[in-house]
Amino acid sequence: MVKQVFLKIEQNQPLTDTVCQMVLSGDVSGITAPGQFVNLKLDGLYLRRPISVCDLAEGRLTLVYKVVGQGTEQMRTLPVGTILDVLVGLGNGYDTSKSGPRPLLIGGGVGIPPLYYLCRRLLAEDREPTVILGFNTAAEQFLAAEFAALGVPVIVTTVDGSAGKKGFVTDGMAGVDYSYFYTCGPMPMFRAIDKVAATGGQFSFEERMGCGFGACMGCTCKTKYGNKRICRDGPVLEREEIVW
Amino acid sequence: MVNLSVALCGIPLENPIIPASGTFGFGYEFAELYDINCLGTFSMKGTTAQPRFGNPAPRIAECPQGMLNAVGLQNPGVEKVISEELPKLKACFRKPVMANVSGFSEEEYVQVCQALDAQEQVGWLEINISCPNVHGGGMSFGTSPEAAARVTRAVRAVTRKPLLIKLSPNVTDIVSIARVCQEAGADGLSLINTLLGMRIDPRTRRPVLANETGGLSGPAILPVAVRMVYQVYKAVSIPIVGMGGVSCARDVIELMLAGATAVQVGAQNLVDPLACPRIIEELPAEMEKYGIKDLNEIIGGAHKWEKM
Ligand SMILES: Cc1cc2nc3c(=O)[nH]c(=O)nc-3n(C[C@H](O)[C@H](O)[C@H](O)COP(=O)(O)OP(=O)(O)OC[C@H]3O[C@@H](n4cnc5c(N)ncnc54)[C@H](O)[C@@H]3O)c2cc1C
Ligand SMILES: Cc1cc2nc3c(=O)[nH]c(=O)nc-3n(C[C@H](O)[C@H](O)[C@H](O)COP(=O)(O)O)c2cc1C
Ligand code: FES
Repeated sequence: MVKQVFLKIEQNQPLTDTVCQMVLSGDVSGITAPGQFVNLKLDGLYLRRPISVCDLAEGRLTLVYKVVGQGTEQMRTLPVGTILDVLVGLGNGYDTSKSGPRPLLIGGGVGIPPLYYLCRRLLAEDREPTVILGFNTAAEQFLAAEFAALGVPVIVTTVDGSAGKKGFVTDGMAGVDYSYFYTCGPMPMFRAIDKVAATGGQFSFEERMGCGFGACMGCTCKTKYGNKRICRDGPVLEREEIVW
Repeated sequence: MVNLSVALCGIPLENPIIPASGTFGFGYEFAELYDINCLGTFSMKGTTAQPRFGNPAPRIAECPQGMLNAVGLQNPGVEKVISEELPKLKACFRKPVMANVSGFSEEEYVQVCQALDAQEQVGWLEINISCPNVHGGGMSFGTSPEAAARVTRAVRAVTRKPLLIKLSPNVTDIVSIARVCQEAGADGLSLINTLLGMRIDPRTRRPVLANETGGLSGPAILPVAVRMVYQVYKAVSIPIVGMGGVSCARDVIELMLAGATAVQVGAQNLVDPLACPRIIEELPAEMEKYGIKDLNEIIGGAHKWEKM
C-alpha cells in the first residue's frame, strides 16, 4: 500500500567508491513485496528519486544506491539522524509464487540491491536460490559477501576478469540448473538474458518518473497486454509480456 | 469561521481547490491515499476520441523548482473513459467532475464533447486547446485567436454544460485569445497550461526528453500564471480557473487576488500526493492571517488598486 512516511537515517555509509548503503527506520509497513521501491524527497530537487527496497525488517528499510547525479550525491552527504520524506510501498514487486524450487537471481551493477530482499524471501519460502552478480571490475563489487552470508551459491562475473568469472552474467548462467529467474539491471543485460534463458522469468525495469504511484503517465511502456506504468503495473514485468 | 465555498459557472464548490488535468489520473490513485470528496472537484486526464499511447520515454525531466513533461496525452479514449473510468469513479467521488478534452481536429473536439455532455457525473467541460506535447493538435488551436474561436463555437453548439476553455501561455497575447473565447460562447477560462521548455543532458549531449521539448510546470511558473490571470481578468467577465505552480494556501490566495474564482493544483500532486488536502486544511488559517473572511471577497482583489 502506498504511504507517505517520515523515516530517520540510522546509517549511511559507502560500500564502494560510488555505491552507498542507507538504513532508515520508521513505519515501513506499506512495503509488501520484494522488488518494490520507495520515492525520496530531497532538498532543492523538485522530483522525488526512486530507489529499490534492498532489505526490509520490522521498522527498518535498507537502500543501496549509486551516486550518479545531484540527488544521489545529496543522499551520500546526509548525516545519520536526518528525517526523510519517503513514499513507500510503490510498484508491484517480484512474484515469488512462480519461482519453482531453484530460482536464479541475476543482478547487474546497481540492479543488484532489490535481489537481496528477494533472496531472503525465497529462502524463507524454502526455495534454493542461486545468485549471479555482474560487475565491471573487482573494485566495483558490493553485496556479494552479504549474499554469500545467506548461505546461497553466489557466482560473480566481472567484465575485466578481476574477480570471479571473466565476462557477463550470461557467462555465469552457463551450467546452472534453475527453475525460474528474477533479474534487475541494465537493458543490454536484459536483452542478453532473454536470448539465453531457458525458463520463464521476471525483469525489473527503470524509467524516469514523475510521481512513482501511477498518476502522471510519465513512465508508461508498451507490453503484449497493453500499456503499463512502470511505477504501478511494474517495475517487474514477466518475460512473456515484454516487447523488446 | 471563514467561508471557503465558491461557485464555478453556477456549480457550487465546497472549496476552490481542484487537482489539474494530467496530474490526478482518473482519481483512484489518490482515493487510496485520502477521501477525494474533500476537493472542490478535480479535472480528469485529457481525453481524446481514440486511445493514445502518447510520446516515447523519457517523458519527464527535473527542472529548478519544477518539471518538464511530454506525456503526449496518453489516455484510453473517450469510449473507455465513459464505460470504465466514470463508473469506477462513481464509487469514490460523489461530486460533479471536470472532464478535460483534447483533439487534433475541430470534429474530434466536438465528438468527445458530445459524448461527455451526456454523462451526468460530468459537471464542466474543460477544453484543452493548449497541450504543447502533441504535434498538429492541442496547442495549435490555442495559439491562434481564429482557431480558438472556431473550436469554442463548435463545442459550444453541442453542450449545455459549463464550458471552460484552457488557454496556452505560449502566446504573445493571451488576452486577445481570452476575449475571442468569451465572445465565442465560453462560460469560463482555465489558465495556464504548461510553458514550452527543454533540458539537455551534458553527459549524453542530448535532449533529456525523447520528445525533445516538454511542458514546464511547478512553482517556477507561478509568477507567469499570476501575471496572465491578472491580465485576462481585466479583459473578460467570465470566471477564471487559475493554475500554474500552486503549492500552498498562500499561492491560492495570490491567484484569487489576481482574478481566479477557483484554483487548480497540478505538478505538486505528483511530488506531494497529499498536497490538495493539506492546502484545503491550511486555507482557513492562511485567510485569517490576511484578514479574509470569505474567499469570494478576494476574487480579483488585486485590481482594486489600479485606478487609485
Ligand atoms: C523503480 C526504480 C528503482 C531504482 N532503484 C535503484 C536502486 O536501488 N539503487 C540505485 O542506485 N538506483 C536506483 N534507481 C535509479 C535511481 O532512481 C537514479 O539513479 C536516480 O534517480 C538518479 O538521481 P540523481 O539526481 O542522482 O541523478 P540525475 O541524473 O541528476 O537525475 C536527474 C533525473 O533523472 C532521473 N533519473 C536519472 N537516472 C535514472 C534512472 N536510471 N532511472 C530512473 N530515473 C533516473 C532522476 O530521478 C531525476 O529525475 C532506480 C530507478 C527506478 C525507476
Ligand atoms: C504530467 C502532466 C500531465 C498533464 N496533462 C494535461 C492534460 O492532459 N490536459 C491538460 O489540459 N493539461 C495537462 N497538464 C497541465 C496541467 O493541468 C497544468 O495546466 C499545468 O501543469 C500547470 O499547473 P502546475 O504548475 O500546478 O502543474 C499536465 C501537466 C503535467 C505535469
Ligand atoms: S511515474 Fe507517474 S505514472 Fe509512473
